[in-house]
Amino acid sequence: MLDQSYYTKADEIIAHYGRSASSLIPIMQEIQEEYRYLPGELLTYVAKEIGVTEAKAYSVATFYENFSFEPKGKYIIKVCDGTACHVRKSIPILEALQKELGLSRKKHTTDDMLFTVETVSCLGACGLAPTMTVNNEVHPSMTPEKALELIAELRGDNV
Amino acid sequence: MTIENRDDLLKQREIAQKEIDSYTCRILICAGTGCVASGSEKIYQKMLELCRDLPGVSVQFEGHVPHIGTVKTGCQGICELGPLVRIEPYHYQYVKVQESDCAEIFQKTVLNQQPVERLFYKKNGESYAAPEEIPFIARQTRIVLENCGKFDAESLDEYIASGGYDALSKALFDMTPQQVLDEVDESKLRGRGGGGFPAGRKWKQVAAHTDVQEHYVVCNGDEGDPGAFMDGSVMEGDPYRLIEGMTIAAYATGSQNGYIYVRAEYPLSVARLRHAIRQAEEKGLLGDHILGTDFSFHMHINRGAGAFVCGEGSALTASIEGDRGMPRVKPPRTVDQGLWAKPTVLNNVETFANVPGIILKGASWFKTIGTEGSPGTKTFSITGTIENTGLIEVPMGTTLREIIYEIGGGIKGGGDFKAIQIGGPSGGCLTKEHLDVGLDFDSVKKYNAIMGSGGLVVMDENTCMVEVARFFMSFTQRESCGKCVPCREGTKRMLEILERIVNGEGKLEDLDTLEELASMVKNMALCGLGKSAPLPVISTLKTFRKEYEEHILEHKCAAKSCTAMRKYVINPEFCKGCGKCAKNCPAGAITGVRREAYRIDPSVCIKCDACRENCAFDAVYVEY
Amino acid sequence: MGFMTIDGRKVEFTDEKNVLSVIRNAGINLPTLCYHSEVSTFGACRLCTVEDDRGRTFASCSEVPRDGMVIYTNSGRIKKYRKLIVELLLSAHCRDCTTCVKSGECVLQDLAHRMNITSVRFQNTRELRPLDTSSPALIRDPNKCILCGDCVRACSEIQGLGVLGFAFRGTDAMVMPAFDKKLSETECVSCGQCRVFCPTGAISIKTHMDEVWDAISDPNTRVIAQVAPAVRVAVGDAFGLTKGNSVMGKLVAVLHRMGFDEVYDTAFAADLTIMEESKEFLERLGEGTSLPLFTSCCPAWVKFLCDQYPEYKDNLSTCRSPQGMFSAVIKEYYRGYEKNQGKKTFVVSIMPCTAKKMEILRPNSFTNGQQDTDVVITTTEIIRMIRNSGIEFATLTPEACDMPFGFGSGAGVIFGVTGGVTEAMLRRFADKHDKATMDTVAEAGARGEEGIKEFSVTYKGIPLNICVASGLANARTVMENIRSGKKHYHIVEIMACRRGCIMGGGQPPRAGSRTKAARSKGLYQADNVTSIRKADENPLILSLYDTVLKGKTHELLHVDSY
Repeated sequence: MLDQSYYTKADEIIAHYGRSASSLIPIMQEIQEEYRYLPGELLTYVAKEIGVTEAKAYSVATFYENFSFEPKGKYIIKVCDGTACHVRKSIPILEALQKELGLSRKKHTTDDMLFTVETVSCLGACGLAPTMTVNNEVHPSMTPEKALELIAELRGDNV
Repeated sequence: MTIENRDDLLKQREIAQKEIDSYTCRILICAGTGCVASGSEKIYQKMLELCRDLPGVSVQFEGHVPHIGTVKTGCQGICELGPLVRIEPYHYQYVKVQESDCAEIFQKTVLNQQPVERLFYKKNGESYAAPEEIPFIARQTRIVLENCGKFDAESLDEYIASGGYDALSKALFDMTPQQVLDEVDESKLRGRGGGGFPAGRKWKQVAAHTDVQEHYVVCNGDEGDPGAFMDGSVMEGDPYRLIEGMTIAAYATGSQNGYIYVRAEYPLSVARLRHAIRQAEEKGLLGDHILGTDFSFHMHINRGAGAFVCGEGSALTASIEGDRGMPRVKPPRTVDQGLWAKPTVLNNVETFANVPGIILKGASWFKTIGTEGSPGTKTFSITGTIENTGLIEVPMGTTLREIIYEIGGGIKGGGDFKAIQIGGPSGGCLTKEHLDVGLDFDSVKKYNAIMGSGGLVVMDENTCMVEVARFFMSFTQRESCGKCVPCREGTKRMLEILERIVNGEGKLEDLDTLEELASMVKNMALCGLGKSAPLPVISTLKTFRKEYEEHILEHKCAAKSCTAMRKYVINPEFCKGCGKCAKNCPAGAITGVRREAYRIDPSVCIKCDACRENCAFDAVYVEY
Repeated sequence: MGFMTIDGRKVEFTDEKNVLSVIRNAGINLPTLCYHSEVSTFGACRLCTVEDDRGRTFASCSEVPRDGMVIYTNSGRIKKYRKLIVELLLSAHCRDCTTCVKSGECVLQDLAHRMNITSVRFQNTRELRPLDTSSPALIRDPNKCILCGDCVRACSEIQGLGVLGFAFRGTDAMVMPAFDKKLSETECVSCGQCRVFCPTGAISIKTHMDEVWDAISDPNTRVIAQVAPAVRVAVGDAFGLTKGNSVMGKLVAVLHRMGFDEVYDTAFAADLTIMEESKEFLERLGEGTSLPLFTSCCPAWVKFLCDQYPEYKDNLSTCRSPQGMFSAVIKEYYRGYEKNQGKKTFVVSIMPCTAKKMEILRPNSFTNGQQDTDVVITTTEIIRMIRNSGIEFATLTPEACDMPFGFGSGAGVIFGVTGGVTEAMLRRFADKHDKATMDTVAEAGARGEEGIKEFSVTYKGIPLNICVASGLANARTVMENIRSGKKHYHIVEIMACRRGCIMGGGQPPRAGSRTKAARSKGLYQADNVTSIRKADENPLILSLYDTVLKGKTHELLHVDSY
């Protein structure tokens, strides 16, 4: 069971966007931003409140990559694998991060909930390829070494 | 204060211009995504701090500073040289500015009007002080990107000062909606989102639905092609131009509401657009009774949630409606039944951004630029193995050679040009023989490629074309919405085959199956994205079939890129028989006797590179 | 209006909504896996793609016919593409055809055969997923799903429920309820329309044929069948008889031969329902309470109302469904040793409906702690059982039902089609039974295949507003109108399946518009030829009140609560 505060927050967000089917995505986005994931119970709640079926809400939530029913880590790292970054060797960066954090293509978040590693198709900073973001902050011209240094630094902040 | 009529607009312009003229020195720091990533935010903070220390001068955000303004501008274009800083009125362009350079800039340029020459752009021993002199910029024709990098992307005043909203006021006060439609039609402006459908014709079709009251104007800002960031740059760098273009479209087509669908990965675009819409509403340039007339238009922003397919028109409108972004069958077309099944103008960012210029200067002016079939300019983002990556705008019909060698500065590291991918994952490859083809909508199509939104990825001889095809296929496969069978199942099987080939497990008959699948998907898929998904395969199979065959028959990757084609070998002359490689081999592929040369069993080797990394004598090498 | 050229032949078209319909009307059965005229056009299977004279390919389901079109439906490359599409579908499909419940009726299997696909070049890499057997009526096998979305659109567009939806995307896409819940945990009403629309075996009926065979082979069990009206008009064409004609007599014969001890007509219980429900209505009308009266014979509708509009539960008639009444009466009749002779009574109800399988498990379908109906089998299952028995159905001599419950009036028979319950009730209210009276009742407004019908009649000077709806999406509209006060009715008849039980979830699938019309015509014909067309004139019913039902009407014929 989710804490009542989640529903209160959801009510606020729903009130802001209005009770209509077209509010579903913005509402889910805001909940996801608030909690770094989309709690399933809230999705059901929102669906009921704005008058769409639960199956429909679930089908929309699972269609878009940005929504996650699993809590994400404190640091969400997105390695860009757009064309420009790919050509400039972005995959070794991803592999280095996954190796260091014990993650894989299936497992995205570390057990200590500190890091989530994902790929993204293009961050629009192709001129500085390869790039990655940590919680939306873009890091340009990455190398596997630089990525690992960054991990060490972020870990240091959390000791 | 709201702007209630034409006179108010002119007055506002005067006030804004006066404000701008009052600066003795303006420091323009590029705040495009690229430069922010390189740390321009820090430069901005540092410059603020330095200027604040100047006795008697107060420094504020957004240029409201007497004498010295520090402004966040939009993309200045040469992303790789960022952070970029421009100093006006001296017109110095500094590149790769570091935080440690700020004090010097402040001392020399801001206080003493002297340049910091070491920060100028340098190429082949020459140094360029002014941005326009840099070949990268000098060769371009900027209409859409006219203001990008020139002024504060968060200041409506500056937009107005530079002539902004003249086009809208001309449309509202001097032209009927029909005249606007005719002008745009006459200009032969073609949609910049990929297909190149004439914008004027589209608008007229929407306007013709006089029996339906509600019409919509929707802007496709879901620039999903990996390697493309032109639209993002416009939304970040000159949001007002986009808004003005859409407002004119709304006036012409009788639309009351507009939506901009911005892809999730562009948070800066969303922030800038929101800010711009708010400002325009406050000034009476958006909302009810625009410029004091009866015309009302409201704008909304929708953020994408991570689905490439939403760049397709009907998927995009479905997403705005709160549904899965799955393309639907057409007809009905978007112009007849688009958003909420109402007549809808759907164009991309660049198309709308062209509109103010066309209205202000006329269709005949527009047609002097570009080619006959595709007038105007086209923005490209140019990336890959090229010297100057970045954002460019050139007249339609500019050749690849000009773009790559004159603007782009040639292949990075002086290598050989092999191919250029145009049109993103739905596009195709152009090669050396196409270097002198002038790029426009029609010419590109002839070579099995599409203009797409204009991402150009340059590839040199170290790029394996099979791997490139695999990469694009993995992208379209991952981004397939899964609705129609050809795309959902077809791209999956094509990817499997490409993966096999890249991994050295391909068979010759795989190429036949690949072609069979490609042709089927191209002809049978539901939406444009599905239909174009096989294009990279089709075009590389046509031009680089030899590479496919080499991978299959000889297990050879000429570009030395496919890991599976590598063969790790120990040079017995260098090997001291220390056994370190064997100890580090995770697969147990290395055997040998101490103090004698070790051997790698290629059938066991997983090509992880651990032996080579660990060898102290450089005895392990890679054969292709 | 206009002409187009299809495969070199000039074809006229009128108001067809798409090119596909023109092609099919021209006698070419272009394959589709995702097209149904009753739901929105999805355009995902691409099998109906054709080519025009300029070499452009397009899906004919979504193209509007235009005068002068030149179309090729079977050009060499289109044929090749189509075959490849089916091969690709097969490559992501569980291909255990021989043991598949849908074998022989599967559209995909049919297409593979038609296109001569003898091998599949691609490995099935889809992860094997567990079956959902949680529903009392349906089984969902995701491994056989081809993602055509037919069930999704049927459930949301026709039934207004939206229990099923697409989830995920690309090759990960699947059809499932929200959060992959089991059907039993959702608001599924077991109507089975998803199964009717499903072209493969991904959604199928939860069958109970073995239970029936076991009971039949047990000498200590008296196996009694009741056959619902809509069954009799949907069995014949499976055995080469005229579509839609009633084959009740043959059904009785075959059931006897298969080993059923007694065979009855559910129309008898429908008469009983009319007696009770009209009485109940007049009481409510007199008291002015709990109006409108909602019919309660459709279990899917009853569940829909209880889930979606629980505040209207009191408006539901307390009458059990005909199936429920009948089973309770039969069980009561055979309660004493004098009648049962030590044999167990086993009631098998043969229904056009999947939801009936759910109804018999409802707590209010038990009398004295005993389940009234033991097993429900659907029309589809009885057809298989007949085939299994090897008995040549088509040549059987018709037989009459057994006694003492072996006769139903014409009023009971038309329960199987939308508006039938209402018409039967209006007949009950009529004073006379001559043809003119019956015709007047028939023309009052209850007949016709529209989704929502509204009309008024006068009963003893009181104007009665009546609404007849079929399809739960239509039911939702009706309910919203009632809730908002926009509409006021006295009687509301609702059947969950569009057109009523003749198109129930247990009927043989792939029924096109001709089949639909034939089934409805078949029932009205069966009504026309009965000598007694009013429930209150059924002599067996009248005597029942003096015997089995004496003092037990409420206990056996009504529910205490929903």
